[in-house]
Amino acid sequence: MDLILVNLIDGLVTGLLLFMLSAGLTLIFSMMGVLNFAHASFYMLGAYFAFQISMALGFWMGLLLAPLIVGVLGAGVERYGLRRVHQYGHVPELIFTFGLALLIEELVQFIWGKNQMPYEAPEILQFTAFAIAGNSIPAYKIFMIFISVIIFIGLLWVLTRTRVGMIIQAALTYPKTVEALGHNVPLIFMGVFGVGTALAGVAGVIAGPVLGTFPGMAFVLGSIVFVTIVIGGLGSLWGALVASLLIGWMTTFAKSYNLRMEDLLTWLGFTKPENIWDSAWRDLWTITSPQIADILPYILMVLILIFRPYGLFGKRDA
Amino acid sequence: MRKSITLGVAAALTLSVSSFSVAADTIKIAFIDPLSGPFAGTGVNGLHQYEFAAEELVNKKGGVLGGDMFEIVAFDNKISPKESLIQLQVAIDQGIRYIAQGNSSGVANALTEAIDKHNRRNPEDRVLFLNYSAVDPALTNDKCNFWHFRFDANADIKMDALTDVIAEDTGITKVYIIGQDYSFGKAVAAAAVRFIGEKRPDIEIVGNELHPIGKVKDFTPYSRKIMAAETDAIITGNWGADMLGLGKSVLENGYEGPIFTYYAAADGITAAFGETGEGSLRLVAEGQINPPASDAAAAYYESFKAKYPDGNISQARITNVIEMLAKAIEEAGTATDVVPVAYALEGMEHESLWGGSVKMREVDHQLIQDVHIHAHTGDDITFDYDNSGFGIKVENTVTMAAMDSPTTCNMRRP
Amino acid sequence: MSDQQARKPAQPLQAGSIALPMIPWGIAAVLLCILPFIFTNNSAITIMNQMAITIIFALAYNMLLGQGGMLSFGHAVYAGVGGFACMHIINSGDFFSGLPLPVLPIFGGLVGMWLAIIVGAFSTRKAGTVFAMISLGVGELIAACSVIIVVFFGGEEGVSGDRTYGLPFFGVEFLQQIEVYYLIAFWLMLSAILMYLYSRTPMGRMANAVRDNPERAEFLGYSARWVRFYSFVASGFFAGIAGALFAINYEILTEENLNTTQSGIILLVTFLGGVGFFFGPILGAIVFTLVQTVLSLQTELWGFYLGIIFVATVMFFPGGLAGLIMMHVPALRLGKLGRLGVPYLKTLLPAAIGALGAAALVEMIFHVRHAPNGDQEMTLFWTTFDSHTILPWGIATLVTVVGFGIMRATAPALVEAWNEANTPDGMSE
Repeated sequence: MDLILVNLIDGLVTGLLLFMLSAGLTLIFSMMGVLNFAHASFYMLGAYFAFQISMALGFWMGLLLAPLIVGVLGAGVERYGLRRVHQYGHVPELIFTFGLALLIEELVQFIWGKNQMPYEAPEILQFTAFAIAGNSIPAYKIFMIFISVIIFIGLLWVLTRTRVGMIIQAALTYPKTVEALGHNVPLIFMGVFGVGTALAGVAGVIAGPVLGTFPGMAFVLGSIVFVTIVIGGLGSLWGALVASLLIGWMTTFAKSYNLRMEDLLTWLGFTKPENIWDSAWRDLWTITSPQIADILPYILMVLILIFRPYGLFGKRDA
Repeated sequence: MRKSITLGVAAALTLSVSSFSVAADTIKIAFIDPLSGPFAGTGVNGLHQYEFAAEELVNKKGGVLGGDMFEIVAFDNKISPKESLIQLQVAIDQGIRYIAQGNSSGVANALTEAIDKHNRRNPEDRVLFLNYSAVDPALTNDKCNFWHFRFDANADIKMDALTDVIAEDTGITKVYIIGQDYSFGKAVAAAAVRFIGEKRPDIEIVGNELHPIGKVKDFTPYSRKIMAAETDAIITGNWGADMLGLGKSVLENGYEGPIFTYYAAADGITAAFGETGEGSLRLVAEGQINPPASDAAAAYYESFKAKYPDGNISQARITNVIEMLAKAIEEAGTATDVVPVAYALEGMEHESLWGGSVKMREVDHQLIQDVHIHAHTGDDITFDYDNSGFGIKVENTVTMAAMDSPTTCNMRRP
Repeated sequence: MSDQQARKPAQPLQAGSIALPMIPWGIAAVLLCILPFIFTNNSAITIMNQMAITIIFALAYNMLLGQGGMLSFGHAVYAGVGGFACMHIINSGDFFSGLPLPVLPIFGGLVGMWLAIIVGAFSTRKAGTVFAMISLGVGELIAACSVIIVVFFGGEEGVSGDRTYGLPFFGVEFLQQIEVYYLIAFWLMLSAILMYLYSRTPMGRMANAVRDNPERAEFLGYSARWVRFYSFVASGFFAGIAGALFAINYEILTEENLNTTQSGIILLVTFLGGVGFFFGPILGAIVFTLVQTVLSLQTELWGFYLGIIFVATVMFFPGGLAGLIMMHVPALRLGKLGRLGVPYLKTLLPAAIGALGAAALVEMIFHVRHAPNGDQEMTLFWTTFDSHTILPWGIATLVTVVGFGIMRATAPALVEAWNEANTPDGMSE
């Protein structure tokens, strides 16, 4: 029972981190109809910038400044890159962000080299917040939960309660009308892209010390973010939240409990072959849940796309 | 149009090909390892160690065969077997006869087979494979061949040494084995189970599991399980980001016992562990860095650090590769025909720069050497890693580890 | 469904009869035959083999992307699984020893096709983002399976074998690279011709129609879904052939043949070459292979340059290399191509010099940042110098600034010449 609670907390941390990435991505998608393949690269940039700033000014300034820089960079990418490619259609847009992801990874290696950076959580948060049955929960994790929740509430508030949010929501559905009303839609697009990438930057800043700051960090997380927003329903903020938490808990529990395929197959009435190591089915029999934990989201995504192409909460086709 | 394109290709190929020339007075060693991509850090550091060793240990002493110099030629294999085979072909065309590779047993498996086939199919330009780091036991067992020489202790030998230490520690009654889900991780787990069963049947193996390699973002669930199993020790073959992630995660979540491992040093890992790893990390490796085995070793390390302040001598065996190759070439009297060189290498005994003597076992071309158990610590470190103030210090030594270990190698000699 | 209305930057294939224009294909065939006599050493042949395999794979990929408008992020699995199947056939002993090696690619193709039928059955129902995401998911799944299902994929070590155990083919045992080269070249010609002819069939034309406007295609009585399915299956078949040739050439297949990096590379290759024309992917494959194998010997930063080239291509030349070349056809038709020569020289030569200067600056920054201490010497463009002194920096900066400066100054003249060359005589602006 205690372990379940611990796993719930761990899964929550993973899920909320994923949410911070997918929130920006889904916002950008619903606005511009483009899946930003480089989204996780902005997350990586957030971590690297924060590392560089923390060397000079400390962790907290990094938390403040790095997302701003990433957001400005993101807005620049929209203004000078994406807007240009937009005229060619959606597929080139997707390919552009894909190329950008490659380029950013190379750029990071060019500047910071290929080794992992010694980016650490601040001293003040390096203690154990509390322990459940011998499992300690570091204070930094509580801090991560705290930040993510604030961001979610803030985002929701801006989108539903402020004038800017209203315009954004209107521009989502009727860009032409909004433009006719005198709003600068390209500017809104640029702003949304900037804010979305800045959110990814925040995720990078707070995840860097935990998950490691190295050139492959974007690649490791890249496709799982897409999976999240596809499962949640493209363009849906609530969907992104639910899907992130679902993935966070699903993978955490699959790794924490050694569920074995052998038990499942036996339960289904199959008998284990005598010489398992000579059998062609040996790999099927020996699968355990930790082995496949990380591909569970992909299985889920493919199933969802087959049976419900607009995702859990989406209103329209992907 | 097609024609003009192909002409362009022709020009490009000619350019690239024309730069391949063979100088008579240098003996080239192809270094085929990742120099770009996620593992480039390790590859580049290895390259520096090779270049430094060739310069210091051979060229500055007048070369071999009365003045022939060693030259290390770097090839980027992007840690891909396919790219390695292409680069192998390019290297052979450049007239290179010695191939050094180490990172990833997958690449080593591909290379050793390709070299075996090449040497069979092209007897006029055979090459030798100097494997300095790939430790999959199969390379000197089922998959052994005459052209392959391994200078690192293989995974089984290292596990033998590790379990010696575990067996002596009566405080350990439970161990947890965790590793990456691929051939090396599985080999480590199998060897650990076997040796512990032989040496301390009373030790309970409370966990034995594999996780996907390079894909785990957060090791917390695994460390929860390890904590729940109340183990006294952890054994893992993890390397790179997987080692760092696992190690940091278990330590952060309250684990205080020892972690027995292979690759938890240098390439940024020592710096990242820093204070947290103190007292827990135990590494098995050849080559004694701290305390320095001799003045010569200390001087060698110092001059290396002077040249590469950000580098580490993390693969001490590289000096053995260079020195033994130089000796074998002298003995064979030729560097172009690799068969006598290979025969000279077989059975060669050598005094390592890092202390102790080593011997290239004839039967399977596995170098038999002293294997040390190091502790990750900040105390008493002469040469730290990653300029972090932390380094590894020898705690136990197994002399000439696994000298009589069995092998399934059935070598065909030319 | 606006995703499929991707406005194609360049004109797709000309509609026409199912016939082969003999001259370019003839030249290609002759070239393939004589190339090994020009580049005789084994590494050149190895590079050419790699090139040919990439060409087949990229052409197969373009059946989806260029002709069908379907963006796949997991196409490597069809080539990979086809290759793995062939590797198992090579290792099968009796069966293989009765099989001449040159027919092996058919099996690879069939396996690739079989997998494409299974996946295509559900993935081709939608195009656009849904298709792209399913392809990504399936790609990740199969790549992840490669370390789990060891029986078939051999884990991280992969599966290897020896091609020479096959039935000798007219006395040829395929011991040497050159023999393998001709085998691959034969399959390259055959697959390229078949793929070209496929693009000329009504089915191939319908793929274009469905790409451009699925609704109208449906009104014509074609099921957009089935058209996509057939393109997908055909593409899977040729990808499988590429995988089989990989198996023959390298005699080893690993997880690397399946993973998303490989899928990304083939997307990059195809787009770089140009998706709008049949020969685009061929160009892309040639350029990419050269960059990957030859440029990577010269500089560690090849991936960086490639990334820049790729992003610049997407931004400025969405038609890729092929689109760039075909832009000149109108001027050629007007007989005015020659008039572009001098303006090109005036603009592009300084631009190229400026680019080289910029590359030199990049290399020097990299050297200063990452080279070992005390190692201040670097060699660039056959010159060795000390990267910590002012002079080389000054020269490189000067070359860059002057190069790009001249380019900027002469660019308007080029634009004018371009407009002039594309305007038929006698017509005023």
